[in-house]
Amino acid sequence: MSDLVINDVSMIFETPNGEQVHALENVSFSLKQGELLSILGPSGCGKSTLLNIIAGFLAPTHGKVELASTEIHGPGSERGMVFQQGALFEWLTVAENIGFGLSMKGTPPSEIKQTVDHLLETVGLHDFGEKATYELSGGMQQRVALARCLANDPDVILMDEPLGALDALTREKMQGLVLKLWKETGKTIILITHSVEEALFLGERLFVMAPRPGRIKQEYALPFAEAGVTKDPREIKADPAFGAKREEILNMIWEMEEEIMGQTETAGV
Amino acid sequence: MSLIQTFKYTIGLQKDGLTKRKTVTFGDTSAVGKGRFWSIISVITLSMAWYLGSALELVNPIFWPSPSAVWDQFINISQNGYRNFTLWEHIWASLYRIFVGFALGCLIGIPLGFAMGLSEILRGWFDPIVEFFRPIPPLAFIPLVIIWSGIGERSKILLLFFAALWIMVIAARAGVSSVKLSKIHAAYSLGANKRQILKRVILPNALPEIFTGMRVAMGICWGTVVAAELVAAESGVGFMIMAASKFLATDIVVLGVIIVGIIGYSMDILMRKLEAKLIPWKGKA
Repeated sequence: MSDLVINDVSMIFETPNGEQVHALENVSFSLKQGELLSILGPSGCGKSTLLNIIAGFLAPTHGKVELASTEIHGPGSERGMVFQQGALFEWLTVAENIGFGLSMKGTPPSEIKQTVDHLLETVGLHDFGEKATYELSGGMQQRVALARCLANDPDVILMDEPLGALDALTREKMQGLVLKLWKETGKTIILITHSVEEALFLGERLFVMAPRPGRIKQEYALPFAEAGVTKDPREIKADPAFGAKREEILNMIWEMEEEIMGQTETAGV
Repeated sequence: MSLIQTFKYTIGLQKDGLTKRKTVTFGDTSAVGKGRFWSIISVITLSMAWYLGSALELVNPIFWPSPSAVWDQFINISQNGYRNFTLWEHIWASLYRIFVGFALGCLIGIPLGFAMGLSEILRGWFDPIVEFFRPIPPLAFIPLVIIWSGIGERSKILLLFFAALWIMVIAARAGVSSVKLSKIHAAYSLGANKRQILKRVILPNALPEIFTGMRVAMGICWGTVVAAELVAAESGVGFMIMAASKFLATDIVVLGVIIVGIIGYSMDILMRKLEAKLIPWKGKA
């Protein structure tokens, strides 16, 4: 099984004036194949750093990340990445974007076309293969980004606020698509978000991270993602249990923000 | 829309529906049309002024010739040539120098700009050189270039190479630097290696900037070649102008100036058309 194991990962940056910033401190967890994890936290809590370490773009100062018992030392196609926006190649068509990973590997064009056609169907962009990416709306562009990532058939999909730039309605629709793809493909997914609602809805597991030093403050196991596969998202979000969790997490983040403000105020005096 | 309306719209006499309803137009630059109608009026008025001015003999033809004199010279020179070369040979001489100098500038400048964008050592090494030579007008090198390689083709091409080189280095470097990190990360995560990243991501990403640089370089080269031919040459449009001026043949001088203007303008239009065709994604990301 392609389990993802994050083992005692710390990340310490040194600023030019010699200060040490603990972006991450002793973060450990493991994900079984097919798990859906969402990560939430105020800015500066190290969630993006964590994702970049898993993707292999950053090397941790301490600890290691293993996928299927192999230590990660750099980026690789078994860990796909979906960015917030602007990571599509605008000089390529939608179909060429989706087939990019396969063509890098030297897959024969006929095979690429087959995969691309199938994925266009999956993400609901069936007639858009020959379009330019900049002709698409923000939501459609993110569909392309998802399809491009899936084309490589990665073990893990890392999503860095993939829906952050979308309007509320499109965002809700895309959340449904993420759940659908998760269920259909059985991929391990880690999703970073700023939205409490999104984190609750798109996480079988949810980490709330805290800053200074960046760490996992609270972990939740949630039923909403599983339910969202079959039920209407709006119905789930209207559920009192969902509302209660939302309040709880909002309070926690609120307190964290207050604490940070307090710290900076005392530091200022 | 009727044919007349379409015509009015094309020349800018008819505003679109939204613009018509805007109450605030001063400062709203989207409400300022291209004003094609006024361009047409402007060209017609100036042509008329030229024609009438010389017909009424308001200006001494030594200072400014009549349109018919310029036209006659155009016919004359294109049939009989001027100073051992036909008109087309003069034009071709100038264009040839540009294309070779410009091509060499691109050939060296673009890879150099890429290297500077991608490597700290090369950036540091070449930065003072580029920044020193860039603000020097190429014409300042004419005396040196003439001493090195005389007044033949080689000196012009060297000068134009110099004119294009720095522009292309800077454009290519800016193009490389403009690539968004998320695109590079995405490509690595999709399994691309360094060579593929360079060829399939960094290069196409830099093309819009490179093309803008090429357009600027073309313009500068055109100006430089004409000026260089004024100083030292045996053929070329600039040479034609200079040679004619020595005999107060203002009609040929003006003909030369008009040819320079038309060719410069056409080259820019050509480059813009090429850009729209080759890099349709420019400015759309």
